[in-house]
Amino acid sequence: MKHEIVEKNLGLMIVLIILTISGGFLAEVVPLFFSKDTNEPVAGLEPLSALELEGRDIYIREGCHVCHTQQIRPFRAETERYGHYSVAGEFVYERPFLWGSKRTGPDLARVGGRYSDAWQRQHLYDPRSVVPESNMPAFPWLFEDRVDHTDTEAKMKTLQTLGVPYTDEQIAEAAAEVEGKFEIEALVAYLQQLGTVISEKR
Amino acid sequence: MSTFWSIWISVIVLGTIFGCWWLLMATRKGQTTDTETDRTTGHSFDGIEELDNPLPKWWFYLFIATCIFALGYLALYPGLGNFQGLLGWSSTNQWEAEVQKADARYSELYARYGDTPVPELAENEDAMKMGQRLFANNCAVCHGSAGRGSLGFPNLTDNDWLYGGAPDNILTTLHQGRNGAMPAKGTMPNMTNEQVDQVVNFVLAYSGREKDAEAAKAGEAVFAQGCVACHGADGKGNQALGAPNLTDNIWLYGSTYDWIRDTVVNGRQNQMPAQSDRLSDDQIQILAAYVYSLSN
Repeated sequence: MKHEIVEKNLGLMIVLIILTISGGFLAEVVPLFFSKDTNEPVAGLEPLSALELEGRDIYIREGCHVCHTQQIRPFRAETERYGHYSVAGEFVYERPFLWGSKRTGPDLARVGGRYSDAWQRQHLYDPRSVVPESNMPAFPWLFEDRVDHTDTEAKMKTLQTLGVPYTDEQIAEAAAEVEGKFEIEALVAYLQQLGTVISEKR
Repeated sequence: MSTFWSIWISVIVLGTIFGCWWLLMATRKGQTTDTETDRTTGHSFDGIEELDNPLPKWWFYLFIATCIFALGYLALYPGLGNFQGLLGWSSTNQWEAEVQKADARYSELYARYGDTPVPELAENEDAMKMGQRLFANNCAVCHGSAGRGSLGFPNLTDNDWLYGGAPDNILTTLHQGRNGAMPAKGTMPNMTNEQVDQVVNFVLAYSGREKDAEAAKAGEAVFAQGCVACHGADGKGNQALGAPNLTDNIWLYGSTYDWIRDTVVNGRQNQMPAQSDRLSDDQIQILAAYVYSLSN
């Protein structure tokens, strides 16, 4: 085929360009849509409760994912510090996932249960009162503001249509579960469950 | 991965490599000479013409080399669907090898001290250096780098223990964690505000700091009903339950009237997380000795 033919036929060029650039996507991404490893939850994985789900949204709102990753890579230095490396099956209900790409603070993929609730609250209210060298900002307003319960049901319904196995009963009770709770309660509930589905160190 | 997807991936990957190879060869064929000439493609835009020279040889062979490299890589490493590669490499294998190597090296160091009794280990300078680092990495976040604790997080240096300071107690705390729970208003859920005031004064009186002596006196009856079950008739606490000694003027949640009142009215919940998921038994032994050494 002459170079000239491709250059002078726009339609043909478009088809060839699409073919060229889709190779990587077709080989590396498309098979994952059908793979067990990436689509099936790990044993024991439960969708977030209404309160934890609101906590997750607060986590996103406050930009926690900008400084904290949620993905432990399979390196000894990481598994030694954070616990078992992350596996795809832990994230099947995550929409969107919060793996992050920059660690200003430590990874939080398995922070659940690592510190007490009281520590988490203290640390979020004034990080330097427990970790003097910390450069994390304080989040005192979480202790004053209440969770907005009006959207909880809609959020859970949306997730349900995306394949998260919420029962209709859970959705019906969602608003009542979070109503009147302080934002800090939701955030700590979210943090305390992170990564707890895999508890062994390795 | 199913066979279908394995083949799917292999076909696309190999197809792309051979496609590049074909493209290189096919475009080269059309050119009649290997060397630079003045021949143009025949295009002329505003008087600007395009030379029609072949790709320089070094460049051409570099492209060929990348194709060969790719095939070599695919033979050695996993890349073609389910084919694992001749080297058998995987990121999990690499990680496991890394961990095994480190375990072989460090577990020996830790194992040296794993069977030594805690008090003896606390005297061992090398072990305490290791203990200090383990403490800094795992405990200092709550208990402080010097182990002095802070509001809500026990001081480990004052030889005052919620759950006992004997080696076995410390080991249990580290292995299994602890859950401290003081119910609001103790065992007397219908405690009135007046009674709260009385019992707070009574508790303050243990360290001679009562605000109102009369209330403190009246508080004894309230204490007997709402507090003795855990804190004991003499207020000295119960280490089996983690109930603090109220008579030693050491306070986990603040010593003032207001703080103690808050504790009585709202109760307290506290956890020490279990460490046995994170640390090996030998590491915990060293850590226990380090904590023991802070007070002894």
